[in-house]
Amino acid sequence: MISFASAELTKLRTVRSTPWTLAAFVVVSAGLAFLLELTLRNAQRMEGYDPLMAAFLPLTLGQMALVVFGAMAVTSEYSSGTIRASLAAVPDRRRFFLAKVAAVAAVAAGVSLVTVPVTVVAARMRLSSAEVLEACAGAWIYLTLMCVFTVGVATMVRHTALVLGGLLPVLFLGSQGLGNVPAIRKVTQFLPDQTGWVVMHLAGPQDDPRWARDYSAWGGLGLLALWTVAALLGGYLVLRRRDA
Amino acid sequence: MLEVRDLEKRYGRTVAVDRLSFTVRPGMVTGFLGPNGAGKSTTMRMMLDLDHPTGGQVRIDGVRYRDLRRPLTKVGALLEAKSTHAGRRAYDHLLWLAQTNGIPASRVSSVLELVGLGGVGRRRAKALSLGMAQRLGIAAALLGDPPVLLLDEPVNGLDPEGVHWIRGLLRGLAAEGRTVFVSSHLMSEMSLTADHLVVIDRGRLLADVSLADFVASHGSLEAGFLSLTAGGGAR
Repeated sequence: MISFASAELTKLRTVRSTPWTLAAFVVVSAGLAFLLELTLRNAQRMEGYDPLMAAFLPLTLGQMALVVFGAMAVTSEYSSGTIRASLAAVPDRRRFFLAKVAAVAAVAAGVSLVTVPVTVVAARMRLSSAEVLEACAGAWIYLTLMCVFTVGVATMVRHTALVLGGLLPVLFLGSQGLGNVPAIRKVTQFLPDQTGWVVMHLAGPQDDPRWARDYSAWGGLGLLALWTVAALLGGYLVLRRRDA
Repeated sequence: MLEVRDLEKRYGRTVAVDRLSFTVRPGMVTGFLGPNGAGKSTTMRMMLDLDHPTGGQVRIDGVRYRDLRRPLTKVGALLEAKSTHAGRRAYDHLLWLAQTNGIPASRVSSVLELVGLGGVGRRRAKALSLGMAQRLGIAAALLGDPPVLLLDEPVNGLDPEGVHWIRGLLRGLAAEGRTVFVSSHLMSEMSLTADHLVVIDRGRLLADVSLADFVASHGSLEAGFLSLTAGGGAR
């Protein structure tokens, strides 16, 4: 199993899309955080303003690059035909899939572990208070799970365009719009990308009934874990059944 | 030894492989002949458990492919469709393959030398010519030094020198006692390389004979092949 996972890491390391997407994730997140903090500095006296927003909202945009990385780790196998070599080398599809998921998760977790604090510092926040550290830990878990969730979805649909065409609108609309429309928030708050908003201080003050979600900060991440498990299960069932 | 028993593949009502049974023996080159669309590639993908048969089975020395431990050290395969990422270097493609089966990284360099790609291992797959890409595929098949080789149309894209090289390679591998199963639609090539023939058309077995017997009964390989496959008429 270790040898399968290290082979998957080699695959990730030896294509150029990996450094490009991961660099975009860090640069977009930290760059936007720096700019957003400059813009919002004067708004800090506003009621209900949460300074953590300038740090964590950019991460929800930077995550697009991380999602592209997760999607391409799977879809490039199919577009290039590598999947046939992969499954001939590792005919046990359950183990192949576990190794792929483990490798992508490890890279996503590693890069997020750097990106989150860098983004927070770029927004001129100190990594000192328990509140900030809790939000950082939540963001780290959220970003890693989103990337793994994407691996599951990508294994089901197999084409980059379909994965991104399906996920990016959800991520953009869910985050930037629909999530705050009161009438449909009852439902959209449960979309995968929205589940991390409470822990990242983006969902508004939770003691205000106008913004309160039906789950807690860590409960939201629990929901995302369920989404991820469901996507991985779906991906595995498709992988097991189909011809390569 | 490679045993195919009652192998069948249906896509809805279409039958691609129709209850195919034959045995491929070690120590010789077995040619797998048939016109385009006869079901050769589908059969070879099922041998590797890439496609799921709708009936029958394939055994490699009595074991199903999916039950092989370190399968690259038992069966080496070259598939007709490309299976390398265009942006990955030739060396790296072989490296991750080696890692999956616990093959030492030093074997990657030696197998690149063996197929004549020693100088271009750092090139990305998309920068390889058709012939070089085919040699890389053969390097991948030889990576685990396997006793069984399955090669789907290996001379595709090779120049005359490459064709000559692969002929010698296949003869040599068979002489070492390996099981060598090679598909082709090129009869002239098969008549120079194969010891034994398995001929199929529209998924059905038409002949399973030695090359010598086949030529003796039909006059030539080409004449025999055409008379066997002409029965189907237009498709």
